[in-house]
Amino acid sequence: MTPELIHRLHFAFTITFHYLFPQLTMGLALLIVVLKSIALRNGGEVWDQAARFWARIFGINFVFGVVTGIPMEFEFGTNWARFSQVSGGVIGQPLAMEGVFSFFLESAFLGLFLYGEKRISKRMHWMSAVMVWLGSWISGFFIIVTDAWMQHPVAYSRLPNGQFEVVSFWKLLLNPWGLLQYMHNMTGAVVTASFVMAAVGAFYLLDGKNKEYGRIFTRVGVIAGLASTILIIFPTGDLHGKYVAKNQPAAIAGMEGLFKTETGAGIVLIGQPNEETGEIDNPLVVNNVLSFLIYGTTKAEVTGLDRIPRDQWPSALPLLYYSYHIMAGLGTYFVALMIAAAFLLWRKKLYSSRWILWLLLISFPFPYIANTAGWMTAEIGRQPWLIYGLMRTSEGYSHVVSSGNGLFTLIGFMGLYALLGLLFTVLVYREISHGPTPQAKELRAAIAD
Amino acid sequence: MMGFIWFWLVAVMIVGYVVLDGFDLGVGILHLFLPRTEGEKRSSLRSIGPVWDGNEVWLLAGGGTLYFAFPLLYASAFSGFYLPLMIVLWLLVLRGVTLELRNHIDVGVWLALLDGVFGLSSAMLAIFYGAALANVLRGVPLAADGYFFLPLWTNFQPGVHPGILDWYTVIGGLVALVALTLHGALWLTIKVSGELEKRACRIINPLLVILMLLTVASLIGTIAVRPASLNNYYHYPFTFVVPAGVLAALGGIWWFNQKQQPVRAFISSGLYLFFMLAGACWGVYPTLLPATTGGERDITLSRALSGPHTLSVGLAWWLFGMALAVGYVVFVYSRFNGKVDGDTAAH
Repeated sequence: MTPELIHRLHFAFTITFHYLFPQLTMGLALLIVVLKSIALRNGGEVWDQAARFWARIFGINFVFGVVTGIPMEFEFGTNWARFSQVSGGVIGQPLAMEGVFSFFLESAFLGLFLYGEKRISKRMHWMSAVMVWLGSWISGFFIIVTDAWMQHPVAYSRLPNGQFEVVSFWKLLLNPWGLLQYMHNMTGAVVTASFVMAAVGAFYLLDGKNKEYGRIFTRVGVIAGLASTILIIFPTGDLHGKYVAKNQPAAIAGMEGLFKTETGAGIVLIGQPNEETGEIDNPLVVNNVLSFLIYGTTKAEVTGLDRIPRDQWPSALPLLYYSYHIMAGLGTYFVALMIAAAFLLWRKKLYSSRWILWLLLISFPFPYIANTAGWMTAEIGRQPWLIYGLMRTSEGYSHVVSSGNGLFTLIGFMGLYALLGLLFTVLVYREISHGPTPQAKELRAAIAD
Repeated sequence: MMGFIWFWLVAVMIVGYVVLDGFDLGVGILHLFLPRTEGEKRSSLRSIGPVWDGNEVWLLAGGGTLYFAFPLLYASAFSGFYLPLMIVLWLLVLRGVTLELRNHIDVGVWLALLDGVFGLSSAMLAIFYGAALANVLRGVPLAADGYFFLPLWTNFQPGVHPGILDWYTVIGGLVALVALTLHGALWLTIKVSGELEKRACRIINPLLVILMLLTVASLIGTIAVRPASLNNYYHYPFTFVVPAGVLAALGGIWWFNQKQQPVRAFISSGLYLFFMLAGACWGVYPTLLPATTGGERDITLSRALSGPHTLSVGLAWWLFGMALAVGYVVFVYSRFNGKVDGDTAAH
């Protein structure tokens, strides 16, 4: 195994595992603000109780996000030293800003939100929920700015020693790639949180316990889910896709499995890309759709891989293709499911339609898969570049860290994270089993004392 | 000028991290033996519950600041200290998770396991941090391109090709272990009451004596391993106020503890950490990472500094952002002011 591969796997594994947590943190922070706002307006204790239940799950999830997040900032230096050396002047900036502007805010008010409800007024408690939400979304913004610069470098110059330097701070922050990706990604986080909330609600309704809360969770989950699953496709996904097509033709060709440049290119719904023959095996294609989606006309020409030098093809082509198709396929399913659920909610039949409650319950893992696949699409699509067009991945890893040492710590992380995954599941399972009612909480406190 | 400013801004972040996360690491170390009943363990943990992850943010924000202000240093040090940093990361993961788990688990056997892992990971983190600082003071075998890679240990001798651990860095680790344990004990005397408070008070003086001895040993060791550490002090003799400050702070801990003024004793301990770190920074300045392979290979301020526009833009938002951050920190600590025992609102 080459050092380059080990360092790529190292980052890929730890970031993929990490992002299972922030996507729920960011989406749930918004939904908790919704619950707290309703509680504040109508003074309903039930809504406060609902918010407290989700705050407990949020707290667990947040800690797992924090502890798996710290390694990410370190890995830029430990595993990608040569990349960090040249890019620190640019992307070190948003990474430091994340700490300074977001983490202080988020952690301070999360402490207050989780531990301080009895020490502060109702309004202040609502305020701290808002601050936690803002903190988590600001954090997401700076990470996207960082990634966006690697995808689509802007506002930089090169110093004599080879290092990049920012020439315009605002252009770096307002990188169009970043803004589009941010909208798309944050909507994705809301999709995850909506599905999780709806699934817990559906579980309580199917189980017959905590039905009052089951109805609240399903309702909030389905309404937020309907909005976010539509927004994730249109306009955010649509705009982002068009921007990728314009700026990374190799990525879009790989995502769509388009080996040959075509006018009136069709979209491949199913099929396996065959790099050896340059064709899609067992294809199911809808004609002209790809041209229409990218350029708004069925006749437009879409660049295929044949126009791209072989050494600039995305290096894991089939994985890119599958990631994108999994994301897009699941996204389509999400809209269908949420439209059906929202329709039943409107007809006042949702809480008694067991078939859709079952679907809502078992569908909660899919947004996690879709979000992960989406990020894989973005990052594999960027390959073989580390900074698009400027620095290759093979030039960026830490040359002083041998593949043996890299593999040692990769295996260490795999073991540790397997344990974390188990613990997280057990903890959240327990919270959901205890339920949101005050009685359950008191009972728990009594057992604990 | 920018180099001077950013050097000290990064130093401020490190001091902020050590002083703040230091006491919750200390509470973690004390968790191994100080609180005996389940109630005591809970009050001890409740004293850091709302603040520990905010304290860890100083590490992240400091790391980020280092990254953009001194990219070469960040790249070289993080890849060169690869193995110990990965171990630090694992310890941080274990520590954070066991602390959180403790709020959710109520089976005695598991609690004992969690307490053990939490305490040991806290202790090892303290040792690693101390050893890390000592590694920077001693220097590393930098190659001409500014990179190096250190094994965990070689022959335990500081030389041209040392390991992470040698006799000098082990002393550094022990200083940090004892200093943070003391820092944590002082925090507990502010935050808890009853038997636990009394026990925390009783271990302060013994810890103080050990810390005094280790501090002197580490100062002698530093001068022996890298005599150049004294150059700045001889050049600007008034800066001997820093080592004097170390001793004064130690005295302050003793004095205020005798007079039962725990807040002032805790602040003195914070000052001790501040003077120790400031003294170390001043000892290497303007070098950031000395080379054991010859002074011309040192990573110096000017060699590692980012571009001028990056730094001036960075200064604007950094000062603004940190002013906000300090505001939050003060606000949160004031909300959780006072002893924890009356408070049952743990989540």
